[in-house]
Amino acid sequence: MAVGTSQTEGPSGAPSPASAGEHGTASGETLHMQLWRGDKDGGQFVEYQVPAQEGEVVLDVVHRIQASHAPDLAVRWNCKAGKCGSCSAEINGVPALMCMTRMSTLDTASPITVSPMRTFPVLRDLVTDVSFNFEVAKLIPSFTPAPPPPGGYRMQQVDVERGQEFRKCIECFLCQNVCHVIRDHEENKAHYAGPRFFVRLAELEMHPLDTLDRRAYVRERMGVGYCNITKCCTEVCPEGIHITDNAIIPLKERVVDSRYDPVAWLGRKILRRPAPMTAAEAAAHTSAATRGVSDAAR
Amino acid sequence: MPSISTSAGEIPLHEYDVIVIGAGGAGMRAAVEAIDKGCTTALICKSLLGKAHTVMAEGGVAAALGNVWPQDNWQVHFRDTMRGGKMLNNWRMAQIHAQEAPDRVLELEAWGALFDRTPDGRILQRDFGGHRYARLAHVGDRTGLEMIRTTQQRAVALGVDVYMECKIVRLLKNADGAVNGAVGFWRESGDFVAFSAKSVVLATGGVGKTWKFTSNSWECTGDGQALALWAGADAIEMECVQFHPTGMVWPMSARGLLVTEGVRGDGGVLKNSNGERFMFDYISPYFAAETADTIDEADHWYDDKVNYRRPPELLPRDEVARAINSEVKAGRGSPHGGVFLDIASRRSADFIKRRLPSMYHQFKQLADVDITTDPMEIGPTCHYIMGGVRVDADTEQTAVPGLFAAGEVAGGMHGANRLGGNSLSDLLVFGRRAGLAAAERAKGTPVDTSLEAGQVNEVVTHALSFLERDGGGTQPYDLHHDLQETMQALVGIIRTESELLEAKEKLVELGERAKKASAPGSRRFNPGWHMALDLESMLTVANCTTIAALARKESRGGHTREDYPNPDPELEKVNYVCRYRDGEYTVTPEAKPEMPSELRQLFEEEEASGGEAVAATKEGDN
Repeated sequence: MAVGTSQTEGPSGAPSPASAGEHGTASGETLHMQLWRGDKDGGQFVEYQVPAQEGEVVLDVVHRIQASHAPDLAVRWNCKAGKCGSCSAEINGVPALMCMTRMSTLDTASPITVSPMRTFPVLRDLVTDVSFNFEVAKLIPSFTPAPPPPGGYRMQQVDVERGQEFRKCIECFLCQNVCHVIRDHEENKAHYAGPRFFVRLAELEMHPLDTLDRRAYVRERMGVGYCNITKCCTEVCPEGIHITDNAIIPLKERVVDSRYDPVAWLGRKILRRPAPMTAAEAAAHTSAATRGVSDAAR
Repeated sequence: MPSISTSAGEIPLHEYDVIVIGAGGAGMRAAVEAIDKGCTTALICKSLLGKAHTVMAEGGVAAALGNVWPQDNWQVHFRDTMRGGKMLNNWRMAQIHAQEAPDRVLELEAWGALFDRTPDGRILQRDFGGHRYARLAHVGDRTGLEMIRTTQQRAVALGVDVYMECKIVRLLKNADGAVNGAVGFWRESGDFVAFSAKSVVLATGGVGKTWKFTSNSWECTGDGQALALWAGADAIEMECVQFHPTGMVWPMSARGLLVTEGVRGDGGVLKNSNGERFMFDYISPYFAAETADTIDEADHWYDDKVNYRRPPELLPRDEVARAINSEVKAGRGSPHGGVFLDIASRRSADFIKRRLPSMYHQFKQLADVDITTDPMEIGPTCHYIMGGVRVDADTEQTAVPGLFAAGEVAGGMHGANRLGGNSLSDLLVFGRRAGLAAAERAKGTPVDTSLEAGQVNEVVTHALSFLERDGGGTQPYDLHHDLQETMQALVGIIRTESELLEAKEKLVELGERAKKASAPGSRRFNPGWHMALDLESMLTVANCTTIAALARKESRGGHTREDYPNPDPELEKVNYVCRYRDGEYTVTPEAKPEMPSELRQLFEEEEASGGEAVAATKEGDN
């Protein structure tokens, strides 16, 4: 049961990361779980003591606390198999999925803290308001293929594999959570899409069938220039997507090339290739633009 | 914004042409279709967008594209589906499904999906249980994620309004008896909200959380089946529940979690504690002609489908689940009460990691088992309900005007047992058709969309009663636990009359306790309160499954009666129809629509020639 509060700070006050390696949870041992409880007005870690059980993940223990001690404990989860990306949190300060963090990998001799993701506003307890991400999703210029040739589209496995890596993304938003550009600077959210959406944009840019030129838009509206490639996003990705190396860096290169490369500029002049699409032209392919049309039609 | 007065104050009212409840594959596909036809469209879901249970689908989407085996076509797919469903399927749904699935898959590709490819650049297809040819378009073993992301991105691009983390409590009806709206609340704030619409599409998915060991997530509580029944719709085949043969059995916390059929499609075999490939002992006469009866023949089939018959590990799911159940009961199970699924001794580590990356990680991370070196321990897990809301095959219209249903919430398509891969194609084919029919209704004859404040108020008052009841009532979590134990023990894979009667009695008692359940705490993101309301849906499903299982006195597909171990040919022609009238659940046998002769011929030709028909198809003539 709840035995009192151990800390009075906000969710950002999580203690230092867990030490790596296997610790093993013996059945019969008591777990000291410190869960952050509170809402936008503040909160604190509350300690719950529950017996350890073999083979559990953090989410199992949180569920047992919910069922036995705290029926109104708010926690977001769905598949409990690392496939939906709902149960993101910070466990001993380390951003991770609760459903894929085995208790045996944590030092259970010490209290274990679970706090909500810090980059997003707390709604209640472990649940945060991640609507920022769904708003950015509406700003991505949509997939725009050429019409299919007779007999249908053909793509080679090697060409789809680049995009397939990015499409493994389960939208847990842990990469957004650890990105310094928005973790410590709320004001940047207005003009920065974040690693999740650089992955999405890279996927569209490298899609064998896509025809849209999003480079100016990525630079001007998505703010890829703010990323200073510290690779924090790559480190926390539960799907092991090489976010920085395979998505962000190539995206930065493309964006820069299109603007500053004198050879490309000359090539366009000589070969009369179409100029790169402006940010405004690409923006016409976002759902925000679609909505403008359909709203008017109503 | 318009609003409605209730005892909980003014609640906002959102007005649409079409609302879709549920945002898995079927709901998103329906919403895409409705907005594409020019309707104002809302998509309402209990979770965040893109988290629905469709993401869990692994193996692939079944469609007779014929990319790997040119002999494949809709007739073969139709026949496989009907035979897999033990002929209880609605023939017209199975026909539409087989005919339209290829177009729906190609459409996903035009929306950005990246399926695995054949060497000549077309969509690659893989083998699965019950499908004669390699038929499942796939992306490794995360096909569901690809499908949900593709339809999600399409819905967002078209500008569908999405209402997330909103639980719908009841549907509303107008004076003409048509469904014209719904009342729910935001899980986050606990504040209520009403929607009015000319058409309502239910796409809420499954019911797995009613059982103890399940591959389903918390959301799968039968909300749509219950909403439809309460609104006066019919439900069929509620007795036909699929226990997927391969769920994880250990560790306990992962028990029930799905292990894709793709493991067997890619060469994995089932073994008991004596190391025997026991499936050869469980080939029913029904599938004997098309199933290999020696290990040698089975092992050759993976590379040569023309001259060899398929391994018994790839029999339809109901057959494999029952076989595993029997092995465990006979004392030949694995240490944690399952059997062994072995791909490590049959395929290279590289092959396994490339073809089954999610399975590799799932076992590595949750069970500390390396599936490239060790066998997996698996056992049956509640996975899917074949039954559901009865709909018109062409329009997905339920018995109640204005109410449509598609995907797992609807019944008929899969008969008594669903083939793997047919669910994802079902979502696309019937999601689209439901969206289309809903849009046509919305654009057609004017519908009275005015909501009656009294109805809305009744729903709000009822929902709040669980919070206001202090003390005395049972905790919703305890009730859920008791319900799951009851259904697992008494209405599981193998059923018998005495146990079903016992379950029926227990459900009455649980129903009484659930009415008085109390959820302490506030309205804001209170999972105990949400559980109290989800329990109403699960109890409705449990009651229907139990009475329908009692009524169907035979064994067929996902419904196995110990006391009636054989199929009854007469009952192939019968649906058991569940209804909710005056607070009581009823079940009535009704004649099924009859298959036209040109389709029946597909089966008769084969019966007439016996094994020769199979031999002929092996040479590619079908």
